[in-house]
Amino acid sequence: MSLNTDSNFFTPGKRYFRAFSPGDDFYEALIETHRDLSAEQSAMVNARLILLLANHIGDISVLREAMKIARDGA
Amino acid sequence: MLSTYNYPKFEYRRPPELAGQRDGHYPVVVVGAGPVGLAAAIDLAIQGTPVVLLDNDDTVSIGSRGVCYAKRALEIMDRLGCAEEMVQKGVSWNVGRTFFHEEEVFNFNLCPQPDHHRPGMINLQQYYLEEYLVRRAQSLPNIDLRWKSNVIGVADDGERVALRVETPDGAYSLDADWLVVADGARSPIRHMMGLEVEGKIFMDRFLIADVVMKADYPAERWFWFDPPFHPNQSVLLHRQADNVWRIDFQLGWHADPEEEKKPENVIPRIKAMLAAKGNEEREFELEWVSVYTFQCRRMHEFRHGRLLFTGDAAHQVSPFGARGANSGIQDTDNLVWKLKLVLDGKAPQTLLDTYSEERVFAADENLVNSTRSTDFITPKSAVSKTFRNAVLGLAKDYPFARALVNSGRLSVPSFLTESRLNTPDADVFAGVMVPGAPLDDAPCETPGGEQWLLQATGNRFQLLYYVPDAGDIAPADAAALAALADAPVPVEALVVAERGAAPGGLKTLIDSRGRIRERYDLRPATTYLVRPDQHVAARWRTFDAGLVRAALDRATCNA
Repeated sequence: MSLNTDSNFFTPGKRYFRAFSPGDDFYEALIETHRDLSAEQSAMVNARLILLLANHIGDISVLREAMKIARDGA
Repeated sequence: MLSTYNYPKFEYRRPPELAGQRDGHYPVVVVGAGPVGLAAAIDLAIQGTPVVLLDNDDTVSIGSRGVCYAKRALEIMDRLGCAEEMVQKGVSWNVGRTFFHEEEVFNFNLCPQPDHHRPGMINLQQYYLEEYLVRRAQSLPNIDLRWKSNVIGVADDGERVALRVETPDGAYSLDADWLVVADGARSPIRHMMGLEVEGKIFMDRFLIADVVMKADYPAERWFWFDPPFHPNQSVLLHRQADNVWRIDFQLGWHADPEEEKKPENVIPRIKAMLAAKGNEEREFELEWVSVYTFQCRRMHEFRHGRLLFTGDAAHQVSPFGARGANSGIQDTDNLVWKLKLVLDGKAPQTLLDTYSEERVFAADENLVNSTRSTDFITPKSAVSKTFRNAVLGLAKDYPFARALVNSGRLSVPSFLTESRLNTPDADVFAGVMVPGAPLDDAPCETPGGEQWLLQATGNRFQLLYYVPDAGDIAPADAAALAALADAPVPVEALVVAERGAAPGGLKTLIDSRGRIRERYDLRPATTYLVRPDQHVAARWRTFDAGLVRAALDRATCNA
C-alpha cells in the first residue's frame, strides 16, 4: 500500500451533499482540539496525535512516505 | 470619487390612512425594501396576496454591498420574473482561483455539470438588483410600495399586528394579519420587540474598494492568502458590472477604519496589487470604499407570533461565501407559499413554524460554513495559522489538501433533510434528490419550445411522473393524475417522458437530453411530489394518488 493523498475524510453513517463538507468537519475538529492551549501544549497535542495516528496506520512504509513529504515542505 | 451609477429617487406618496380613505388593515405588511423584503413582496403579489411594503428610505442600497448572487437565488429570481435582467447586466462566473503567496494552489468550478440554465454565480452591484426588483414590484398592481415610511411602533396582540409608521406627512397606524420583517442586520423591529440575536463578532476588519478600471482579467473569483503585495493578510478580487472591480483587503482588528478609508491610504494598496499583477501603469478610479466588521449570529426562532423574520434581521454570517443575501432570498422562497396557504385557510399556522425550523436549519449550515471559512482565512492562534499554511503548502501537489483549502464555501441551497414536511423514502433511489432536496435543474422540451425544469416548476405543488412514452399512460392513471388538481391544495401533474404527449390535457415535459432521468434516477412510474419552492416533498417508484394526498397533507401540516 502507498500513501493515499486523495481526499479521504468521511463520517460513518453520515450522508454528505457537498464535497467540501467532510474535510471541513475534520479541519474544524482539528482546530477545536487546540482551542485555548498554549504553544507548548499545542506542540504536545500534535506530537501525541501523530503517534496515535501513526500506530493506527501501522504500515511503516506508508509512514515513511508521509514523513518524507512532511519534511520536504518544512 | 467616480460614479458609474445614478441613484434613483423613488416617489413618496401620502398614504391613504393619512388622507382618511381607508382603515389601514392588510393581510401582509413587509418592512424593508432591500433584496429580501422586495423578493418577499413580489412573491406574495404574484401568488395573489395584496401587500404593503414599507421602507424608511427612498432609494436603493448605497454602495455595491452584496455583489454575489448564487445559482439558487437566480432560480428564485426566475420564478419572480427578475433573473434575466440580473444575468444580462451581471458578470457570470463559475471558476474561483486561490493563491498562496504568488502561486495558484487550488481552483474550483461552482457548476461543473453541463445543462443548467443559470451559472454558479453572478456578480452584480446590489443597487442594480434592488432597482430591478423595485421596477418589478411597481409593475404589480397589488404591491403598495411606501417610501419614507419608518416603522416606529409594533405590537402583536395574537390576532393582528399593529404598526405605527412615521412619514414626512406625520405618523399613522395600520394593522396587518402578518408582518414580514426584512429590516436588516440592525433590525429596529427586532429591537422594539426585545428579541435577542445570539452569536459572536469576529475580531477583524476588512476594507472593500470598488474600483473602476478597464482590465482584461477573466471573470473569475481570485483569492490570495498572504500575497507579497499585502503580506500576512488575505485579498479577494471580483469583477462586477460596468468595469467595476471589487477588491477586499483584510486589515486586522487594530486598523483604524476612518484612516483606512482615505483615498491616500486605499490607492497605494490597489497600486501594489496591480503592480504585482504586472499592471502598475493601469489607470483606475475609486468608486466606493467601506471598512467592515461582521458577526455570525442568528435569532433563536424566525417566527414570533405574527412576526416572520427574514434575511439579515434573522441571521448574519461572514461575507466569505456570499451566504447573506442569497440565504435571505431563500428565506422568502420558503416562507411565501406557506404564508399564502395559511392566509387562504388551507393550512394551519403551524406551517409557519416549519418556516422557522427549515430556515434555522439552513442558517446554521450557513453559519457553520462561513465561520469555518473565516477561521481558515483569519486563523486565531499560532497553531491554527501553522495548520492553515501547511494545508496551503501541500495543496499544490496533494488533492486531499486542496479539498481543505477554504477561501469561502460559496452559497448553495440546503438539503432540508430533517424537515417534518418531508415524507421519508420507502423506495430505493440513487442520487441526491432526496426528500427536502432543492430541485436540480435540467433542460426539457415542451410544445412551446425549449425550457428548463426549474421554469416549469414552482409557485404550486406539482407531481413529476415519468414514463418513457407519454402516450402510453393508461386512461385511469391519466384521470387520477388530472384529478390531483381538484383538491383544496391543488397539485399540478407534469408528465416527464422521452417522447409522446400525455392524454387528457396533462402537461408533458420531454426530457430531451436525458438529464432529468439521470439527475432524478427516474424509472417508469417514478413519481416526485414537489413543493411550491421547488424542493422535493416525497417520491415513490409507483404512482398512488392516496400516497400523494398523504404526502401533500404532511407537506402542508394538514396531516
